[in-house]
Amino acid sequence: MPCCFPCAGTRQEQRAKGRQISTLIQVSTSQHPDNRPTAKPPPRSEAYHADVPLNTTTQPSLGRARASTSGHGRTMLHLTTGRLGSLLTRRGIMALTTSNVRMASHGHAVEQADMSVPMYCDRIDTPLPDRIYKDELSATEKSLKQKEKGPWAQLTDEEKLALYRISFKSTYAEMKQPDGEWKTVVAGMLFFFGITGLIVIWQGIYVYPETPHTFAPEWKAKQAQRMLDMRVNPVEGFASQWDYEKKQWK
Amino acid sequence: MRGLLAKKLKFHLPIAFALSIVVAAAFKYTVTEPRKQAYADFYKQYDAMKEFNAMKEAGIFESVRPSGE
Repeated sequence: MPCCFPCAGTRQEQRAKGRQISTLIQVSTSQHPDNRPTAKPPPRSEAYHADVPLNTTTQPSLGRARASTSGHGRTMLHLTTGRLGSLLTRRGIMALTTSNVRMASHGHAVEQADMSVPMYCDRIDTPLPDRIYKDELSATEKSLKQKEKGPWAQLTDEEKLALYRISFKSTYAEMKQPDGEWKTVVAGMLFFFGITGLIVIWQGIYVYPETPHTFAPEWKAKQAQRMLDMRVNPVEGFASQWDYEKKQWK
Repeated sequence: MRGLLAKKLKFHLPIAFALSIVVAAAFKYTVTEPRKQAYADFYKQYDAMKEFNAMKEAGIFESVRPSGE
C-alpha cells in the first residue's frame, strides 16, 4: 500500500499535519488579519520550525482560527468548531480534521502538500516510506552522507543516529508511544450516542402516534387468558407454564 | 512468507473441525435430546378428549359452542 493516501488518516500524520495547521493558522492570522491571500506561501522549512506545543493555544487565537476557517465555508470544520469549539481541545480538532490539503485549498498563506510526488510517513506497518525524511541537508549532513559511502565500521554511534534521523522522522519506539487518541474517540462516540438518545426521546414524544388499544393491561389480560384456553404451546411454551388444576402460574 | 496459507491452515483447520463437532454435540445434548424427552413425556399422559372438552367449555371454538349456550 503506497504511503500517500492512507497517510492522511494515520495518527502520526494527523499530528504532524495538525502541528503544521496550528502553526500556520497562527502564522496566517497574525500576518494577514484581513484574510487576503498572499503572493506566495512561506517556504517549507518555516512551516516546520517552531515546534509549537499543543497547549499554548490561547482562546483568542482559537477564535480567530474559527473565524478564518469557518468564513470559508469548510462545512466540516465549521460544524466541528461551532458545535464543539470550546469543549474540544486542539487534539480533538486535529483528530477530526482529515488533511491540511483541504484547509489549504482556499489560498491564504497555507502550504499545499504536493500529493503527486512520493510522501514521507511514519507508519509501523510501512518500515520504508516512499522517500527519505529530510530533503534539504545541511553541510554537516551532506558530508556525513559522503562518509556513509565508505565502510560503515568507521561511523561513530552519533553519526549513525544522525544518519537515521536524516532518513526517518521518528523511531519505532517513538511511533508506538501511546497518544491517548482513544479518549477523543470514546468521547466523540458517547457524545453522538447522547445526541441520538435525545433525538429518540423527542421522537417518542412528538412523532409516534397513540399506542393501539390492544396494549391496554385489561386487553392483554383477556388476550393471555384466551391463549391459555387455546393451549398455546402446551409442551415447552406458554401454556406449559400454567397449572390448569390450581389455576395459577407454575 | 511462502506457504503461509498452508501453514495457517495446518494449524487452524483441525481446530475448526474440532470446534464445530464440539458445538454440534453440545447443542444435541443440551437442546434436542431434552426437547424430544419433553414431547415424549407430554404425550405419555395426554388425554385428547379431556383437553378438547376443556377448550370447548372455555368458548374458543366457533363450530362447537360451550354446553351452556
